[in-house]
Amino acid sequence: MVEGTESRPAPFDQGDRRASRVPAAQPSGLDPARPYLVLSPQSSVLRSRAVELLRRNRAAMIGLVVLIVVAAAAAAAPLIAPYGPTLQETGQSLKPGFWAGNERNLLGTDLQGRDILSRLIYGARISVAVGLTAVAISALIGVLAGLVAGFYAGRVGDGIMRVADIQLSFPAILLALALVGILGPSAFNVVLVLGVTGWVVYARVVRGRVLSVKETEFIAAAHAIGARDPRIIFRHVLPNVMTPVIVLATLEVATVIIAEATLSFLGVGIQPPTPTWGGMLADGKLYLRNAWWVSTIPGVTITVVVLSINLLGDWLRDTLDPRFRLAS
Amino acid sequence: MTTFILRRLVQSVFVMLGVSLVAFMLVHLSGDPIKLMLPFDASPEQISQTRAYWGLDDPLPMQYGRFIARVVRGDLGTSMKHSQPVDKLIGERLRATTELAVLAMLFALAVAIPVGVFSAIRPYSVWDNLATVLALSGRSMPVFWLGLLLILIFAVQLGWVPPSGRGDWRQLALPSVTLGTAAMATLTRLTRSSLLDEMGQDYLRTARAKGLAERVVVYAHGLRNAWIPIITVAGLQFATLLGGALVTESVFAWPGLGLLTVRAIYDRDLPLIQGATLFFATVFVAMNLLVDVLYAFLDPRIRRQ
Repeated sequence: MVEGTESRPAPFDQGDRRASRVPAAQPSGLDPARPYLVLSPQSSVLRSRAVELLRRNRAAMIGLVVLIVVAAAAAAAPLIAPYGPTLQETGQSLKPGFWAGNERNLLGTDLQGRDILSRLIYGARISVAVGLTAVAISALIGVLAGLVAGFYAGRVGDGIMRVADIQLSFPAILLALALVGILGPSAFNVVLVLGVTGWVVYARVVRGRVLSVKETEFIAAAHAIGARDPRIIFRHVLPNVMTPVIVLATLEVATVIIAEATLSFLGVGIQPPTPTWGGMLADGKLYLRNAWWVSTIPGVTITVVVLSINLLGDWLRDTLDPRFRLAS
Repeated sequence: MTTFILRRLVQSVFVMLGVSLVAFMLVHLSGDPIKLMLPFDASPEQISQTRAYWGLDDPLPMQYGRFIARVVRGDLGTSMKHSQPVDKLIGERLRATTELAVLAMLFALAVAIPVGVFSAIRPYSVWDNLATVLALSGRSMPVFWLGLLLILIFAVQLGWVPPSGRGDWRQLALPSVTLGTAAMATLTRLTRSSLLDEMGQDYLRTARAKGLAERVVVYAHGLRNAWIPIITVAGLQFATLLGGALVTESVFAWPGLGLLTVRAIYDRDLPLIQGATLFFATVFVAMNLLVDVLYAFLDPRIRRQ
């Protein structure tokens, strides 16, 4: 580690971290309700550390607020959207928003006179839903693959990693594009493709962690008392590899949102009339000169959401920093 | 070192076999590829005739074998839409995409290295925070959005360049910047952390204790070793740029390989999709191999494995 940097606050921090350093992690004694050893501090220690870091990291806090707002908007879309997302009013085509004094459509309208604010809110539903679902699928496949690859390192493990290498040889966008293009553009296919092609990062991370956890004594002890492999894998190994997975899953939601938007932008994503942020961007591309807001508003929205996720993910990574773990 | 190269070469061959299998299977994904190639109202005789013509009645392994035999000879089939051989189409468009990718990489390095070095020399300063913000934004903006934004500012509002197409050398600027920004963000962060790690090493402390000027310490010693991961990641980023080119070329109507592929996917032009996918993957595998060998060459610690 670089000397001297540990005591300095990270960018965006508002204060000296060293002054209120979280006390050294207490060894977590064996809790009879959960008789397995977890190589991390007690949850109470983790919680206070998390809150501490969040308070200091303004950017992550803003990110969290943004994400909560987006999630709430997505959930309550029918209640808060001023108009229906597909309501066309040809008389109101390409009108600017509140900055030009428009009180009917706060963020303006697109070519078909559809209210951009409403489409934005409904588009949030798509992004959130696709993001969470695809990540859930990827994480499930990836963690499982990683566990198996790490535990049965050797022919099986190498085989799985070889498959990963093969998949990684294709540019991700190309693979997603080609698959969705061939299977047919639909919400189901988009989620399926993004979910199935996203497993590799999880597998790699989990496999690495499993390989190091495998050598610890408590795994040997579990073997010695006769625990069978599946039990060892799920009861003992899994809780110890989940930490980087959580951070990764958070950051991957951002990646998936961008991927879905890209597919929609290129016309092979979720089809109209369902409003998607990427699709809205594509719609506005043709009249950037006259009606810049049609593309700009969804574009800024995507960027802000992704930025928030990235900030939150970085904060999460700091919270679960392995430096505060028990040495294994 | 030779054993290392040989081992990686053999690995790459296996990966290429897998890649070719995937490219082959791509076409068969949604059931009968014939249904995709012919119009809806094709008669059953037309369908079975076309199947026989394309050899789709044979067992899959045999089709795969034929596919490999053709590919090795350089024959990637004929595009259905353009009615031209796929490899000819790829060859025509290759130059445009390469221009873009090379320029994008140069842009990324030209920004990332100075900014990264400066951030590492003065961590947590104003510059460093600015650099972090830059890197973060670069990572968070979708490529197509950045492209549109640049078009909006420089082409529409300022009128410095036409919004799309390829002609004037000036038209290279916007697409290159768009394509290179993501790589720039990653490389900036990497340069910073790599150099920062090196700076904390003991041997630099010795160099300073010897009385060497700080500039010598940073550039002649620290950077020389921090180079290695930067170069290798840059190499990998270059391969990733090829994927990014798909989106960038679509935004800027840049007549390269990416645009060709995207249009092919629209048109369900299966031979072209297959050929282009195979091409991209091959370049990626070759690039990976090159980067690994370069890494082994630069870092003696790897060679000794």
